[in-house]
Amino acid sequence: MTHSDLPETVRPDSVEHARETPELAQPHRELGLAEDEYQRIRDILGRRPTEAELAMYSVMWSEHCSYKSSKPHLKYFGTTTTPEMRSKMLAGIGENAGVVDIGDGWAVTFKLESHNHPSYVEPYQGAATGVGGIVRDIMAMGARPVAVADPLRFGPADAPDTRRVLPGVVAGVGGYGNCLGLPNIGGEVVFDESYASNPLVNAMCVGVLPSQDLHLAHASGTGNKLVLFGARTGLDGIGGVSVLASETFEGDESGGGHKKLPSVQVGDPFTEKVLIECCRELYGAGLVLGIQDLGGAGLSCATSELASAGDGGMRVDLDEVPLRASGMNAAEILSSESQERMCAVVRPGDVEAFMKVCAKWDVPATVIGEVTDGENLEIYSGDELVVDVPPRTVAHEGPVYDRPVERPAEQDLIAADNPNTLERPETPEQLRATLLRMTASPNLASREWVTSQYDRYVRGNTVLAQPSDGGVLRVDEDSGRGIAVATDCNARYTRLDPYEGARLALAEAYRNVAVTGATPMAVTNCLNFGSPEDPGVMWQFQQAVRGLADGCVELGIPVTGGNVSFYNQTGAKPILPTPVVGVLGTIDDVTRRIPTGVGEEAGETLLLLGETGEEFGGSEWARAEHDHLGGKPPQVDLARERLLAEVLRTGSRDGMVSAAHDLSEGGLAQTLVETTLIGECGARVVLPEGADPFVWLFSESAGRVLVAVPRSEELRFTEMCVARELPCTKIGVVDAESESLEIQDVADIPLTELREAWEGTFPRLFD
Amino acid sequence: MTVATGARIGVVTFPGTLDDVDAQRAVRRAGAEPVALWHGDHDLQGVDAVVVPGGFSYGDYLRCGAIAKYSPVMTELVLATGRGLPVLGICNGFQVLCESGLLPGALTRNAGLHYVCRDQWLRAENTTSTWSTRYEPGAEVLIPVKHGEGSYVADEDTLDELESSGRVLFRYVGGNPNGSRRDIAGITDTAGRVAGLMPHPEHAVDPLTGPTDDGLGMFLSALDALVTA
Repeated sequence: MTHSDLPETVRPDSVEHARETPELAQPHRELGLAEDEYQRIRDILGRRPTEAELAMYSVMWSEHCSYKSSKPHLKYFGTTTTPEMRSKMLAGIGENAGVVDIGDGWAVTFKLESHNHPSYVEPYQGAATGVGGIVRDIMAMGARPVAVADPLRFGPADAPDTRRVLPGVVAGVGGYGNCLGLPNIGGEVVFDESYASNPLVNAMCVGVLPSQDLHLAHASGTGNKLVLFGARTGLDGIGGVSVLASETFEGDESGGGHKKLPSVQVGDPFTEKVLIECCRELYGAGLVLGIQDLGGAGLSCATSELASAGDGGMRVDLDEVPLRASGMNAAEILSSESQERMCAVVRPGDVEAFMKVCAKWDVPATVIGEVTDGENLEIYSGDELVVDVPPRTVAHEGPVYDRPVERPAEQDLIAADNPNTLERPETPEQLRATLLRMTASPNLASREWVTSQYDRYVRGNTVLAQPSDGGVLRVDEDSGRGIAVATDCNARYTRLDPYEGARLALAEAYRNVAVTGATPMAVTNCLNFGSPEDPGVMWQFQQAVRGLADGCVELGIPVTGGNVSFYNQTGAKPILPTPVVGVLGTIDDVTRRIPTGVGEEAGETLLLLGETGEEFGGSEWARAEHDHLGGKPPQVDLARERLLAEVLRTGSRDGMVSAAHDLSEGGLAQTLVETTLIGECGARVVLPEGADPFVWLFSESAGRVLVAVPRSEELRFTEMCVARELPCTKIGVVDAESESLEIQDVADIPLTELREAWEGTFPRLFD
Repeated sequence: MTVATGARIGVVTFPGTLDDVDAQRAVRRAGAEPVALWHGDHDLQGVDAVVVPGGFSYGDYLRCGAIAKYSPVMTELVLATGRGLPVLGICNGFQVLCESGLLPGALTRNAGLHYVCRDQWLRAENTTSTWSTRYEPGAEVLIPVKHGEGSYVADEDTLDELESSGRVLFRYVGGNPNGSRRDIAGITDTAGRVAGLMPHPEHAVDPLTGPTDDGLGMFLSALDALVTA
């Protein structure tokens, strides 16, 4: 049966009908609602919910939308944030995205979100619509999106399924983001067995706006109009409701199972690009009172969010919604996740001007309802009232679960599995071979195969992008003010110790912003974990949240928002706990940014800031050479990270530092390889007297940065480090004449050989 | 260091155009006044030259540049080239100029089938066109490419004709990013006033935000021509 064969008018399941048929069996379990949750809906409404109401509650009360398992833990972010940390925050947790004041009248909004499961099912569209969704979140803050970054995680690099998923995801991120005209300025690509059937596709978007233009999703003022604009509403991406379509309601003439609905949405980036420009013009003309993007749960989410954030009720007429499929019922229209749609609250007198702007950009726009002086969200389909609910009960008063939390006994076994007993390379030949093998290993090799598929130049404000540690973007062309962003997480560390692992992820993202010369100022996150019904996973989650929140207090920067993705597991085995941390920083003058590659100035000195210990727990060496994960993660000292950031900022401001590169996975060896290859310039390295070359080259001690300083600045810089008590070790010189990386008494490796190792891996795996 | 020349250079915006702000910035840096031209207007606002910038005009649905060809602004533009108006098409703009019949050949899917964004070395082949007099013959410049469909194709006779009449503007050196025939990165019309290229000179006007400022020469060349004309 095709859609055109459907009867033109199907009588919707109305509120009146629900009152008449209290005992009608409803498919709440199939929609993911537990028995007590369903009963709670009946109690709230004083009757059974209509089909449309059931669809709304089921999606809005889902884990994804309601944070029902994470809420009790996420509160910790709020309770630990001090007024001082909050001083630069214009909007925080609970809004579509956090907003911070960066000075000179500019505000920046940024957020990370996951699109993990759709990207496994359909890599291209899953990743593409992930970008589209986070970009609309940023637009809903009244901002102009200015950049994206994508932290990605996949199963083993050489697994056949990774060759299916990775190229599709990368093409999807690029295909959508490139078409929007947003430079991609960062991200990660990580491989681990635990992501084999559950890749992590996280997407970050950054937006800027004049501070006074902040638009929050509010629908106040009786008589104000609700305008739906952007793409038409279709049958795509109706997740939970597809169950409804295959369940036969008695008396429902539409019959059962007539619609096969794709559960992954299809994106149209062109429509979104036009929507971005259209929104900017609408905001600029002051035509928008409140705005909300349509993402997960579509109109049900947008209308209930807008209504519950306002002070009145709302009336919506579904007959006004422009559709692209015939025969859609009320529940389907409300739950459709068709992409590229926004919903605005507009003064009646501004509607004509609003429509005119939309017409200029060829964006369909329709008044679908208005703010009322009532209390409920009332939705009509024809003359029938199909939804009549208190909006807060849908959007904000869903169930909350205090899930059992239990530290798994195996944590002690993992901690006891000491990596220092693993066999190490000893001779110079063995060290040289280890360095080359690690450089070529999938987790350390060049990501250019990925990043060259992303536009990093568009709009002409990109000052640093990959392969730099952090992306730097100019915000104000006149003053040179800019921002820096980085995302990081070493989930192997988090597996060994979720509390310390989260602090390490925070430390690394913070450091990666600091090495650009920027001042870190705010944090977002995307917390990817296994099933919340597993007490061991909930323990990981609880510990990671606490580690991240406590770490933010130590660093004095707030968490402004974030996203939780649970159920990342196949069967009983969850993914490595992966709390991806995004840090945003500001830089007064982007011409002062510190590049990653050496050789900018003739004759630079290489200084290693921080201390190196024997720390191999969770290290890349242990994985690449021994497939080992055990022991303790590196120690993290956040006071030291703050000091490091201050020294780098001063170094950048006073022109004392010509290059800087963070030390993380792969240790000093990897940092030396990258900084010489990126700078296309050789270096001679002399490790300190008595140093164990293996430990110095491959340990992953935190809080370390390699800097190159012009010879003329060396004394001034080292004296500053001494004065501030930051350990600083001279480990070599940059040599413009040399075409190799020479590590005295260890190896002298031509840059061509290093480059071949570093750049050969991805094309070999994925071309 | 902007020198006001009084020249006005139009920059076209279609729905889906991305690099219009960059082209405007490049025009300004070169010393001319950028003038925004809207796709739906039958009006070139009396500009002295036009840049058709990169992006995905009308979503590049059907075929890159195929829908843009029918826009009101392109109708005016095609007429104006007949009167000698200098036009530069960059990336999607190059595709639009080919679709509009102002330049021969077509741009097809990259040989590697991936979108490619990288800093690309080019050799200046024609240094007498309106858009290239600031380059030394044979000069090598570093300018970003970023496209998925930039492989230049034409029949052998057309390619021979382009070569023999000196209409190859730039050629890729140090690796061909997209499989273009004869490594062609850009071409001109017979008069040398209409030019199209896949690389993005507007992204190479300031070493802070691009690999070099090698691209500025194209805009300065056009200004030289306008000021002396």
